[in-house]
Amino acid sequence: MKPRHSALAEPPIVRIALTTLALLFLAFFLGLPLLSVFAEAFAAGVPAYLRALADPEARSAVILTVIVALGVLPLNIVFGVAAAWVIAKFEFRGKAALITLIDLPFAVSPVVAGLVFVLIFGAQGLFGPWLMAHDIKIIFALPGIVLATLFVTFPFIARELIPLMQAQGREEEEAAISLGASGWQMLWRVTLPNIKWGLLYGVILANARAMGEFGAVSVVSGHIRGETNTLPLHVEILYNEYNQVGAFAAASVLAMLALVTLLAKTAVEWRMRRETAMLSAELSPERVPAPASGRTAGATHPSAERP
Amino acid sequence: MSVAAARHVLPGFRLGMGYTILYLSLIVLLPLAAMVFKSTELTAAQFWAIASGERALASLRITFGASLLAAMINAVFGVLTAWVLVRYPFPGKRFVDALVDLPFALPTAVAGITLATLYAGNGWIGRYLEPLGVKVAFTPLGIVVALTFIGLPFVVRTLQPVIEDIEPELEEAAATLGATRWQTFARVLFPAMLPALLTGFTLALSRAIGEYGSVIFIAGNMPLISEITPLLIVSKLEQYDVAGATALAVVMLVISFVLLLAVNGLQWRLANSRRAGARA
Repeated sequence: MKPRHSALAEPPIVRIALTTLALLFLAFFLGLPLLSVFAEAFAAGVPAYLRALADPEARSAVILTVIVALGVLPLNIVFGVAAAWVIAKFEFRGKAALITLIDLPFAVSPVVAGLVFVLIFGAQGLFGPWLMAHDIKIIFALPGIVLATLFVTFPFIARELIPLMQAQGREEEEAAISLGASGWQMLWRVTLPNIKWGLLYGVILANARAMGEFGAVSVVSGHIRGETNTLPLHVEILYNEYNQVGAFAAASVLAMLALVTLLAKTAVEWRMRRETAMLSAELSPERVPAPASGRTAGATHPSAERP
Repeated sequence: MSVAAARHVLPGFRLGMGYTILYLSLIVLLPLAAMVFKSTELTAAQFWAIASGERALASLRITFGASLLAAMINAVFGVLTAWVLVRYPFPGKRFVDALVDLPFALPTAVAGITLATLYAGNGWIGRYLEPLGVKVAFTPLGIVVALTFIGLPFVVRTLQPVIEDIEPELEEAAATLGATRWQTFARVLFPAMLPALLTGFTLALSRAIGEYGSVIFIAGNMPLISEITPLLIVSKLEQYDVAGATALAVVMLVISFVLLLAVNGLQWRLANSRRAGARA
């Protein structure tokens, strides 16, 4: 940290006060809840914790949660790459509208996301009678859970890839094509290797949401124990039965998933920053667009029109 | 190379566009359209009666009031946190920085039961608040706490890159011209941060309005007092009042669409002002 002139920096006492205040806020709102998940889970000792996790219903909830994530992620990866390819590499009318529509699921309440599928496939829904006549179950079954999860995780991967692919420009792909590569060769050997970290970043975020989704899944799942209960729904059921240790034991598994997510996310951010730095060192400064920021919350689809 | 020529060189436009539109329509647009279509089974008078019913209006008031309050808390502490994280060195900073994203990574149900336990009368925090006469769990205040938790990263994450980008010359110029540190902050730095702050605030607000999982455990869910609109939709659905649930959901959808447009407008302005700043 370089020394700053007193008119350019706050007095030490102000710095210490502000830092303390910020850290206290974070400790109260983030630190304590995180600690308390594990404290509650182990409140009755380690054996009780392990017993709660070994419960067959907890296991089937874990398995269902993993199945849902495995079903959702590949579909959203294909969509994310396709949408980002079109938006980042081509000019067309209505691009801004398309980006807004892709973001739409972020703005929609998870409860509404679940409800729309009930209105289509539920007993009183548009296709309800037909599905019932053919004995096909979508609502209160796995397909409904997958659909609702697809909806709420819809934008994650596309949103990470769009700014990244815009920043990378078209030159490398154009070179591959003009050297005679086919479209698929270009995709596998140029595009995907270039976006692998951004793709991984999007997958990490989408996975956390897919495994942790509660509102949308709770509307479509029907809470059938051992069948359509994902892990977050299992947490709710145990909590409502005043089974504090069981609820928090299951919650601790999800909290560990959250910690792994944060760790993986930080590691990938670090990799991406390093690659951007290496890229800037290779190219002359004016050709390097603003690095695609790894931050998600405010990802602003940074301006990437090249000069 | 001109844009028109590039379009012919790179393959995959039609395939990519076709797939994007198809998938977007199947997963997002058609289901939402089906819901709006379903709501037209109600007459305008029926729709209005549901949307302006006492319980519905109270739930909208609670949802908006709590969301606004939480977004404001996040705006204040978001500026503080982003500023401290960018400008001041302290031990464990990288850890704290990574922890800010916890509300994005932690499933909402886990956040909900944890906050309810912490703020309950015998919880780690509740036991110190209750003797002071402050009840948080199972009151509207609990809703604000939950919504503050889930909205916390938005303001911090939109502000951080903006604070990092502020040119030191700006502050130097202000200081040279005789501004005190506080004047520099209030008249130079804060205006530079304002577009990002508004964006983060709107993102947090929009997330809070739709939030369900983290709220229902701590809210107490008393009709007219601490019942949020998403919960009212679920309870209508559980009572097989599909029409009522749909009408309320359409109201929520319109609100979220307006907020989404606001966010996009703000982000567009933010990107423009950052680009202008980078050129200067």
